[in-house]
Amino acid sequence: MRKEWVTGYLLILPAAVVLAAFTHVPIVRTVHDSLFSRASAIRPSRFVGTGNFETLASDPVFWKVLGNNLAFALGTVPVSIALALVMALLVNRKIRGQGTLRLAYFLPTMLPMIAAANLWLFFYTPDIGLLDQILGAFGVSGTNWLGDPDTVMPCLIAMTVWKEAGFFMIFYLAALQTQPPELWEAAHLEGASRWVYFRRVLFPMLMPTTMFVLINAVLNAFKLVDHLFIMTKGGPNNASNLLLYYIFENAFAFNDMPAAAALTTVLLALLALLAVSQFLFLDKRVHYR
Amino acid sequence: MFGRLSKAAAVGAVATLLGAGSASALELTMYYPVSVGGPLTKVVDGMVADFEKANPDVKVNAIYAGNYDDTRVKALAALKAGQPVQLSVLFSIDAYDLIEQDAVIPFDEVAKSADDKAWLKSFYPGLMANGVINGKTWGIPFQRSTIVMYYNKDAFREVGLDPNHPPATWSELVAMGKKLTKADGSRWGIEIPSTGYPYWMFGALAKQNGELLMSADGTETHFDKPQVVEALQFWRDLGSKYKVMPEGTVEWGTLRQQFLEGKTAMMWHSTGNLTAVKKGAKFDFGVAVLPANREPGSPTGGGNFYLFKKSTPEERAAALKLVKFMTAPERAAEWSIATGYMGVSPASYQTSALQSYAAEFPPAAVARDQLENSVAELSTYQGGRIRKALDDAIQAALTGAKPAKEALGEAQAQAQRLLKPYH
Repeated sequence: MRKEWVTGYLLILPAAVVLAAFTHVPIVRTVHDSLFSRASAIRPSRFVGTGNFETLASDPVFWKVLGNNLAFALGTVPVSIALALVMALLVNRKIRGQGTLRLAYFLPTMLPMIAAANLWLFFYTPDIGLLDQILGAFGVSGTNWLGDPDTVMPCLIAMTVWKEAGFFMIFYLAALQTQPPELWEAAHLEGASRWVYFRRVLFPMLMPTTMFVLINAVLNAFKLVDHLFIMTKGGPNNASNLLLYYIFENAFAFNDMPAAAALTTVLLALLALLAVSQFLFLDKRVHYR
Repeated sequence: MFGRLSKAAAVGAVATLLGAGSASALELTMYYPVSVGGPLTKVVDGMVADFEKANPDVKVNAIYAGNYDDTRVKALAALKAGQPVQLSVLFSIDAYDLIEQDAVIPFDEVAKSADDKAWLKSFYPGLMANGVINGKTWGIPFQRSTIVMYYNKDAFREVGLDPNHPPATWSELVAMGKKLTKADGSRWGIEIPSTGYPYWMFGALAKQNGELLMSADGTETHFDKPQVVEALQFWRDLGSKYKVMPEGTVEWGTLRQQFLEGKTAMMWHSTGNLTAVKKGAKFDFGVAVLPANREPGSPTGGGNFYLFKKSTPEERAAALKLVKFMTAPERAAEWSIATGYMGVSPASYQTSALQSYAAEFPPAAVARDQLENSVAELSTYQGGRIRKALDDAIQAALTGAKPAKEALGEAQAQAQRLLKPYH
């Protein structure tokens, strides 16, 4: 008996060490660092308590960035999930060129984000970009897509949806393949239409997948900032700046590690809150009974 | 089997002993950035190899470390971790931050002989502006650029303008811009990039309007001075009033492509793009100094050599030798031809290599001609945050979110708050 728990701990030890070294210790250190002031040769770092957080609260850029991130999440998450489901349903049917179609939908996911951002940067370029050339045929031209605070966020959201939907499609596709065909046959015999079958049977059966995809999509909405380095640098005037990019700016452009640590703490708390609430409120409704 | 192994071990041990005997060779580690396209690391490696050949007692590890921010972060992290770094090429405007971190020493502490002192004075003063602080020289110019105006001579001919007379004043810029702009939106007169480094472009406009963006000691900014506000208003007006530039912000990264495709007749851009434009342009193009309003002006940019504090006197002497080698006129000329960066000293433009290059390709000399009117790039304590405050204000004004005066007033207030502890 005694020996068993020793073995158990030994078995989880490698994973625990790696997790602690690369996740838990850095988190604790980040929270710790967020309570101290920025060190310089003339003025050493000292304990400032919640000082860094108070500075954040009075920083209008922080609030703007937070709002942007929520808009980015609201814009990307539902649309990319819905699109992923539709694409999965399409390529799950037996049609000609099924493999090619699946590959086509999955292709954006295989591109690294930096490569995708470089592509889309030129799609959105005024006058010579793909988008403006197509619109030019209809007499609309010279739209400054990324240079206008009103259009820059929708542009980035559209690109992110394009990038993400194929990835989520794979999960839906896998889930669809495990659905027993008898369900549809039974529903069909009962006189249910395709739509009723989808709404009453298939979609509820897919709930665990939707839950998984939802959590990933929400996390990605806060984690994906690679495109900002290429496309906008958070501009114009922070109109497309996101939390993680702002953390990077504070840490490496402003050389202000405590401010970056405080921002990271806020981001961590936000993500923890989102994950916990998703598990608490949604998990109960996920499983089909 | 065993015998052979032990013999090999003995040979190895002897070799190690011998090696230790001659290992008085000094080792220098240097980080450097590359922020423009092209195989520049090869050029740097070649120059370092030449140095090692000429100085067999010094070994140099030249480490390419990404862009300017990456390089600064990596060099400082290496120092913190106790790794040796004796010198590096870092952003010229990082000087205040490096001084504040107590990471660097002025060249004056090492360059003491009369010969060395003359060497310190051998560079263009415009390129020393960011490196000389409180009378001491912290940075020696190496990969330095400035803003110039590229223009499409074919487009000038097409609308009846003299292709050898680019706009020399703001009013000419507007008048010619209007002629060059096509009503259907297929060509703009002028584009000035406002993403990436808006504060840099703005430094040019402010200087042309007779004002600098900051004080020489890096503790004060001048963002809300009337002439600075006027300069930003003019930038905004180019798009909103005169309609010769797109409204909103102009993307730094795609602007060169716009110019090469004929979608803008003129653009302001770094001299670092010269070689790429030369290769890509299918039309006759010219390079000109930027137009003036109250006076001409353009800020310099780019990277300087810095000496790090954590080093022995011997290492410092060797590092100085390396910096002198890398910035010597012949090497500076070779570097300028390979990259489009400026020759850093008047002597480099006297070399036969650069003279014949400038004769066959006159745009290469435009940056030099502009140097007499060049000013320092925006550089202060708390540099990152203050540049960001100004960048945001510029973009807010250009997108019409805030009037120029209000946006710059806010940026100035923020800069004052940040700089308060430095007074």
